[in-house]
Amino acid sequence: MIAILSDIHANREALSACLNHADTAGATRFVFLGDIVGYGADPAWCLRTVMDRIAHGAVAILGNHDQAVFQRGARMNGRAGAAMEWTRSQLSPDAGEFLKTLPLEYADEDRLFVHADASSPGEWRYVTGPLEARRSFEGTPARVTICGHVHVPRLFGLTAAEKCSAFIPTPGMPVPLSRPRRWLAVVGAVGQPRDGNPAAGYALLDPETTEMRWMRVPYDVEAAAAKIRRAGLPESLATRLFTGS
Amino acid sequence: MPLRRPRSGDTVDGFALGRALHEGGMSSIFEVTHPEHPFPLLMKLPHLEGGDAAQIVSFEMEQMILPRLTGPHVPRFVAAAGFDVQPYLAMERIPGPSLLLRLRELPLPVQEVATIGAKVAVALAALHRQRVSHLDVKPANILFRPTPDGLRGDAVLVDFGLSHHGRLPDLIEEEFRIPYGTAPYMAPEQALGQRSEPRSDLFALGVLLYQFTTGQLPFGDPQHLSAVRKRLWRDPVPPRRLRPDCPPWLQEVILRCLEVDPARRQPSAAQLAFDLRNPEAVRLTPRAEKRRRDGWLKVLERRVNTDRSPRQGRAAATAHAAPIVAVAVDLREQTLPLAEALRASVGNVLHTLPGARVACLNVLLDRYVAGDSPHDQKGRSTRVQRLVELRHWAEPLGIEEGRITFHILEGSSAAAPLLEYAEANGVDHIVMGARANSMLRTVLGSVSGEVAARAPCSVTVVRAREVAP
Repeated sequence: MIAILSDIHANREALSACLNHADTAGATRFVFLGDIVGYGADPAWCLRTVMDRIAHGAVAILGNHDQAVFQRGARMNGRAGAAMEWTRSQLSPDAGEFLKTLPLEYADEDRLFVHADASSPGEWRYVTGPLEARRSFEGTPARVTICGHVHVPRLFGLTAAEKCSAFIPTPGMPVPLSRPRRWLAVVGAVGQPRDGNPAAGYALLDPETTEMRWMRVPYDVEAAAAKIRRAGLPESLATRLFTGS
Repeated sequence: MPLRRPRSGDTVDGFALGRALHEGGMSSIFEVTHPEHPFPLLMKLPHLEGGDAAQIVSFEMEQMILPRLTGPHVPRFVAAAGFDVQPYLAMERIPGPSLLLRLRELPLPVQEVATIGAKVAVALAALHRQRVSHLDVKPANILFRPTPDGLRGDAVLVDFGLSHHGRLPDLIEEEFRIPYGTAPYMAPEQALGQRSEPRSDLFALGVLLYQFTTGQLPFGDPQHLSAVRKRLWRDPVPPRRLRPDCPPWLQEVILRCLEVDPARRQPSAAQLAFDLRNPEAVRLTPRAEKRRRDGWLKVLERRVNTDRSPRQGRAAATAHAAPIVAVAVDLREQTLPLAEALRASVGNVLHTLPGARVACLNVLLDRYVAGDSPHDQKGRSTRVQRLVELRHWAEPLGIEEGRITFHILEGSSAAAPLLEYAEANGVDHIVMGARANSMLRTVLGSVSGEVAARAPCSVTVVRAREVAP
C-alpha cells in the first residue's frame, strides 16, 4: 500500500495525524508529492520528518514552495510570499541543499508522481478541471498520474474516446483506476485543504488492485492555527484552516 | 490478447468453461466450474475484436460495481480480470429462468403480479441502499433464488453493465452522450440522459407490473430515442381499461410508478414493496379510478412544458431519505407521558424526513384471545378494538392518510412479532417505548431490550423523563 501525501505546508499537526493514520492503515511505501513547507508554522519539523521517512525508503518530489526556499525571485502571491520570507528564516542552509536534490517527478511502473500538471512540471500549472487534466494527460505516457498542488481532491479519467471526465471522490471509498483507461488523481492537501472540509487529506493506493482511496483525517486545527498566529504569519493562513478554504 | 475466442472445454484462469449460455456478437457467457468455488458459476467474456465501445464500457462498469455489492439479491462476485490478457467476470450462477419466460403467460393473476413485484422491489431496495441504481430493470435481468421447497425465493437482479454507483465514477455517462437502457422500460429522465436517479428503477418496475397485469407494454417498444421521449408527455392507457378485474389499488401503484416526475413516484423501492404487500393500505387517488388517457389539451400542455417536469429532479429518495418507520405502541401499559414522548419522537422523524412513512404496530398477545380462533367473533372484535385504539393513539400526530398504516400483530411474546414484521417489511427504524420500572419488567424482561438487540435496523427506545416527586 502506497501512502501519498501532498501539500503538507509546514502543518505539523496535520502531517503527524496523516502519518499515524497511514501507518495504521498498513501503508508500507510513502510518496511525498511536494510543498512540504510554506504557509504553516512548522517547516523545520515537517522537513525533518519527511527526510527521516526518506531515509527509510520514502520518495519525495519537489513542490513550488520547496523550490522557492532556495530559488529567490519565484512568483508568489502576497500571503505566500510573506510566509516564504518567514519560512526561509526558520530553515538552516542544509534544508535548502536538501530541497535542491528533490526531483520534479517520480515514475514508478505505469504511474507518474508529480506536484502539478505533468506536461510541464516545473511550470507549476494547476489541474483544476478537465481541460487542464487533458493537457496533463497529453504530456505524459504514464497510465496513472498522481499530483497535488490544487489542494482539492479530484479524479480525472480519459476514456477510450479521448473524453476527459471529472469525479469528486468520496472519502474512504476505494475507486479502481482500472486498465486500459488513463487516470489523473489529484490528492487533497495534508496541511491546507481547500475543498470546504478542514480535515487533512491524503491518499492510499493499492498497487495490486489499483484501487485508490482519498482519506480525510481530523487533526488539531486549533494548535496549528495558534502557532501560525504566534509566528506572526498572515492571519488568513490561520483562519482558513478552520474552514478548509 | 487471445488468438481466438474462448470456447467450451477451454480453461480461463483456472475456470473450466462448460456449456455456453449465451454467445452474442459482443460477448459470451459460459457455465464454468472451479475447484475452489463449489457452487454454480458463470463467466462473462467480452469479445475484444471489433469491440463495440459501449459493450466494453458496460463490461468495465459491471466489473467495478459487482464486487462491491453484497446480499442475496445480487449474484455473488467470484473473480475478474481486466483487459491485460483475457478480460472476464466470474460470478455465482442463479439456476432457473429469468422472468422473460413468463412473458408467454401474460396476463398473470393479480396476486402473482403483486408477489413478483414486491420481491423485485425488495431487491431494488437492497441495491439502492448500497447506493447503486440498476437502470436496466427488465424481465430478462430478474431471476429468483430457488428455495428447498421449490417455491420462488428472493429476487436476484443481474447485469450491472448500465448501472450507476453513487460513489464511483460513472464511465457510461462520461463516454456516451446518448442514453443507454432498454427502450420499453426506460424512465423518462433516463431518456434525457440523467443517470443518478434511483427512482428510475421504480419506473422500470412499473412498466413490468403494467405488462404483467395487462399483457401489453405501456409505451410500446419504440425503436428510436425520439419515440422513447414521448413518454414525457403521453400517459399510458390505464390498466383497468385493458383488464377490468385489475383492482383499483394495483392501478394506483402502477400509475404512480409511471409518473413522469420521479418525485411523484413512490419515495423508495422499500415503500413500493410495502404497498404491493399491503394492498389494503394503499391510499387511492384519482389515479386508481382513471379509465382513459388524458385529453389532448393536457398532453399538449405537458409536451410544451417538458423541460420543466422531470429534469429538475428534487432530492433523490433512497432508504436514507424515505425510511419506513415502525412505531410499536403498547396500548395497555402506556402512561400518558410515555405516549406523548413516543408521539414526539415519531413526529420528529416525520418532520425531518417528509418521505418517511409510518407503520403503527400493536401486538395482540395470544393470551388475550386464548382458546379463540382469530377468526371467531371474540378474536375479531378484540382486533377491531385494538385497531380503533391504535388510530386514536396516532390521531394527534396528524399524519395524512397514505403515510401511515395500522397493523395488529399476534404472537405469544411482544418482541418476536415486531422483529418478524421489521424483517419482512424492510423497516428502517423501530420506535418504541420502554416499559416502566415495574414488577412487570422484572418478571417479563424488557421487550425493547430484546428488540434493540435483535432488530435488523435502528431502534429508538423512548422513555418519558420521570418527574421528581
